[in-house]
Amino acid sequence: MPTSASLRVFIAALLLGLAALFAVSPGKAQQPTQVNPTAQSVKEKELLKELQRIQGRGTLPDTRTRVLEQPEGRAWRQFHQVTLRWIGAVAILGMLGLIVLFYLIRGSVRIEGGPSQARLVRFNAFERFVHWMTAASFVVLAISGLNITFGKELLTPLIGPAGFAEWSQWAKYAHNYLSFPFTLGVVLIFLMWIAWNLPTPSDFKWVAQGGGIVGSKHPPAGRFNAGQKAIYWIVVLGGGAVAVTGYLLMLPFYATDIAGMQLAQMVHGVVGLVFIAIMLAHIYIGTIGMQGAFQAMGGGEVDVNWARQHHSLWLEKQAKKGRVRGAAPAE
Amino acid sequence: MARMKFLCDADRCIECNACVTACKNEHDVPWGINRRRVVTINDGKPGERSVSMACMHCTDAPCAAVCPVNCFYTTADGVVLHSKDLCIGCGYCFYACPFGAPQYPRVGNFGSRGKMDKCTYCAGGPEADLTPAEYGSRDNGQFTGYGSNRLAEGKLPICAEMCSTKSLLAGDGEIIAKIFQERVVRRGYSSGAWGWQTAYRENIES
Repeated sequence: MPTSASLRVFIAALLLGLAALFAVSPGKAQQPTQVNPTAQSVKEKELLKELQRIQGRGTLPDTRTRVLEQPEGRAWRQFHQVTLRWIGAVAILGMLGLIVLFYLIRGSVRIEGGPSQARLVRFNAFERFVHWMTAASFVVLAISGLNITFGKELLTPLIGPAGFAEWSQWAKYAHNYLSFPFTLGVVLIFLMWIAWNLPTPSDFKWVAQGGGIVGSKHPPAGRFNAGQKAIYWIVVLGGGAVAVTGYLLMLPFYATDIAGMQLAQMVHGVVGLVFIAIMLAHIYIGTIGMQGAFQAMGGGEVDVNWARQHHSLWLEKQAKKGRVRGAAPAE
Repeated sequence: MARMKFLCDADRCIECNACVTACKNEHDVPWGINRRRVVTINDGKPGERSVSMACMHCTDAPCAAVCPVNCFYTTADGVVLHSKDLCIGCGYCFYACPFGAPQYPRVGNFGSRGKMDKCTYCAGGPEADLTPAEYGSRDNGQFTGYGSNRLAEGKLPICAEMCSTKSLLAGDGEIIAKIFQERVVRRGYSSGAWGWQTAYRENIES
């Protein structure tokens, strides 16, 4: 069977040739594909490029632990250590500088014609109680708040690390507890004075004439002038903002996540510092800045001449109602 | 002196949580406080990775920078520790920490924060090494100390020591970086040295 034998040789040669052909090119494709575990895997570098925070799943009940990495803590650190301190220093020292400058140039605003015998009630006992409750809380909150931002640089050299930590611990307790009377005070201030603090046409004239502070004229004003209305709304809105953000900070993570906590602290810090700066001006004008002003919130009664000078429209209404006591106003 | 660091090789982590358990056991950490945790990214999807995370003992630590009472200090080994005597529990270190390391027992009023607790790299606290005062007591729900001080005994942190896959590495930064890099070269892939860029400003992937 030579034919069949030669055929067999031919077929064998053909198969070998074919095998050799396949071996040259697609030989690799026949092997199982190399496993590349990172082909689909998450990579830290890429996640950080895409996301502010890397989060995942965890087995602990505390959901905060599921944030693996939040590099924006660095941005918050920069804000807390640098930006906030600049805002606070410029606002508070700037305001103090302005007040001193203003006092040197303008001096105390005297009552025109001097004090008279006639007086009338400006703030009743309840109003004064609410004001002083809020004010006393505010002073402690301001000092303990400033301590958190500036204390370690200013006070630690004086009282040492242990003394400063002890003081700061008590300051924190005071800050937490006095937030309640402060918040109550802000709510009561909002409710009891809202009727006199809505904008009126006379406010624009008052602002245009510089409120009588800058010039020598005293523009007419109702019970509260435009400047006082501004203070009112700063207390209501600013006080509201520090109260809301403060309770978020006091009850950490009840209502928000890490980004929300950072934002709450930033709002709390900035509003608090600007609030302190504005209150310095309020304290100045209510004490040494203006003759007769402190009596309004101190004893509750003001001089008629003072009222005519600063709140002429209010005095007219009060006089009509017969609320002026003592000697008749010198007309 | 060595510069101590942690490194979690996420391509080896099997999310067994033994590091978490060992840490809690070693330091007798109270309920609700987790010095170490394991987070799984892309859970259940192809390419998921688990990472064991605790305090990374950062270079130029942000917690120390923002602390209003300067309760943090860095040891000669580069371990970031703090004093519970000085801590007032304000929580600012948690806002600045990139890794969520600071923990607060809820002992304060309104369920607010007590004195902060965090990973000590098994290196205790400011008290004298290996004293009961350093370890602390667990009376009245307070967590007064810092747990055991393995570093003072010449041992590495328990979490990394007992890691079954040697995913979690602890030790001198240069040595563990070299181990990691050799692994990456040999196997040919890596999902990164998690946290190193953020904590140490170092990129050791190659």
